Amino acid sequence: MLQPISKTLELKSIQYRRKILTIIKQANSGHTGGSLSAVDILNVLYNHVMNVSPENFQDTNRDRFIQSKGHSVEALYVVLADKGFYPEAALDTLNQYGSHFIGHPTRKVNGIEQNTGALGHGLPIAVGTALAAKKDGRSYRVFTLLGDGELEEGSNWEASMSAAHYGLDNLVVIVDYNGLQITGRVETVTGITNLREKFTAFGYAVREVNGNSIPELIAVFAQLPFEAGKPNLVLAHTTKGKGISFIENQVDWHHHVPTDAEFATAMAELDTAQAAWGASNGTW
Amino acid sequence: MEPGKANLEVFAATLLRLAQADPDILVVTSDSRGSGKLTPFAKALPEQIVEIGIAEQNLVGVSAGLASAGKKVFAVSPACFLTARGLEQIKNDVAYSDNPVKVVGISAGVSYGALGTTHHSLHDLAVLQAINNIDIVVPADNFETQMVIETAVSHPRPLYIRFGKAAMPHLHAPDVHFEIGKAITLATGDDVTFIAIGETVPRAVQASHLLAAQGIAAGVMSMHTLKPLDETAVLHAARHSQAIITVEEHSVYGGLGSTVAALLMQNRLSLPFKIVGIPDEYTVTGSQNEIFAHYGITGEGLADTAQQLLAAPVKVGM
Ligand SMILES: Cc1ncc(C[n+]2csc(CCOP(=O)(O)OP(=O)(O)O)c2C)c(N)n1
Ligand SMILES: [Mg+2]
Repeated sequence: MLQPISKTLELKSIQYRRKILTIIKQANSGHTGGSLSAVDILNVLYNHVMNVSPENFQDTNRDRFIQSKGHSVEALYVVLADKGFYPEAALDTLNQYGSHFIGHPTRKVNGIEQNTGALGHGLPIAVGTALAAKKDGRSYRVFTLLGDGELEEGSNWEASMSAAHYGLDNLVVIVDYNGLQITGRVETVTGITNLREKFTAFGYAVREVNGNSIPELIAVFAQLPFEAGKPNLVLAHTTKGKGISFIENQVDWHHHVPTDAEFATAMAELDTAQAAWGASNGTW
Repeated sequence: MEPGKANLEVFAATLLRLAQADPDILVVTSDSRGSGKLTPFAKALPEQIVEIGIAEQNLVGVSAGLASAGKKVFAVSPACFLTARGLEQIKNDVAYSDNPVKVVGISAGVSYGALGTTHHSLHDLAVLQAINNIDIVVPADNFETQMVIETAVSHPRPLYIRFGKAAMPHLHAPDVHFEIGKAITLATGDDVTFIAIGETVPRAVQASHLLAAQGIAAGVMSMHTLKPLDETAVLHAARHSQAIITVEEHSVYGGLGSTVAALLMQNRLSLPFKIVGIPDEYTVTGSQNEIFAHYGITGEGLADTAQQLLAAPVKVGM
């Protein structure tokens, strides 16, 4: 039997996927594949794991989330709206002239910790933030989400050395391990493989999960910190474009926008997924 | 002005044509072949494309090594990452070590308008101008783009080429001469001269048409080469017009405007002068067109600027 929280979150993920596709369609731009890949991770973090909300966002002791793969901002915008950081209607302005809801996260948007979008920046910042918690004797944790293609930036490995050196067991690095970047499969672009071995060698306590499985994500984060004195790394095996059959695992969908027909099919697939949970169709 | 293609497309097509005839031409990319319209190149000449992955520092370093061994290397990546992330490699491995890499910054300026400041390159001309031994060319239209790519192959020094992805109108007569370091005059007029660079040039041309209708004669120059600057052309314009307006898709600090201003001052030329570019503030987002309109980089905006500049009394002293 699934825990009730699991079902609530499963239904939220379906709603989030609807909303992600809706705002991308409306803006006629956005990072579809990576947002659908990451949204279950954001869902579990924001709704079950992290101590952060609009009420405590100014509180020094809040948990922090830094989305290093900034291009998947639509997933973050949708989850933060659901958390009440701003009205959902604000997302209607995505990518429009003068809107703060732009194609990458910025601190102009309530709930966002850091301005990202250039890959390879989130982890060093997260290391610094986690190090400050240690120095101040605070118990907050710092979560950061990286893409697997993003790992090609050397700054990630430089930051990893610092993370292990300072024993940052309050740092949680999540890799959205969907196997794809813009040009093609990550292995064929650069041959970056054996991530578990690499991260272990760099001093992380590593766990692997299905990053699109709500129960598995809940279970893995429940084990934090994985090992005292070591930074935590979750290799989250995901499917880029998860949840929509014709978007899943398709390199071309990195930043494609659905046509009207594709959008309708996608919504129908999400309705079917929702019906399987015994819930009526979404209202978003 | 006849409509043309995106300079990005002309770049990719020209490079493919040249590389088919010369196996020493290599393209080096950082998960950027799609953005660079280089997928056909990769299909046609798989041995002449080197993929580095999302690692712009490595992109520039590897390119320097390839160039040192005699390869004709085009290192292609969005200008924002290439010239910020890869800056130390450009400075030391390319410019200082004198490895003649052709550093190609695509989707430059605010081409990636709504993606925000991480994706804008409004700093690149400033930082690269301050580095010795790298020439800087910002083509305005398809012709200038094709010419700079053709010239680049045998250019003996490090070279930075920067352009956007919007369709650009044709600006030039077919017989016009292109040479790195020589400005191209598009219109002459002794009331005001626009010295413009890159994708802002057609907007200056539009402004000159609007001004002509009001009896104001405006000159327009495409200053495609920022470094080495065509000083003769700038000084000539300053001596033959009442006012100078520079126009660029870059910060108002450290780009074309600052460089022209410094040149004028040091030649004791004082005349009404305005730098039009992106001001030093949190940059507004939207499409490239919307951002240009926001900052007055349109035919109308530039014509207004010219009229205000010509109308304002010249202040001497305090
Ligand atoms: C420094 C930098 N270089 C290049 C890019 C352009 N870019 C945006 S997303 C992306 C691919 C990212 O792939 P991955 O990290 O695997 O993300 P995902 O598959 O989750 O979308 C690239 C190259 C960038 N944003 N930043
Ligand atoms: Mg990926």
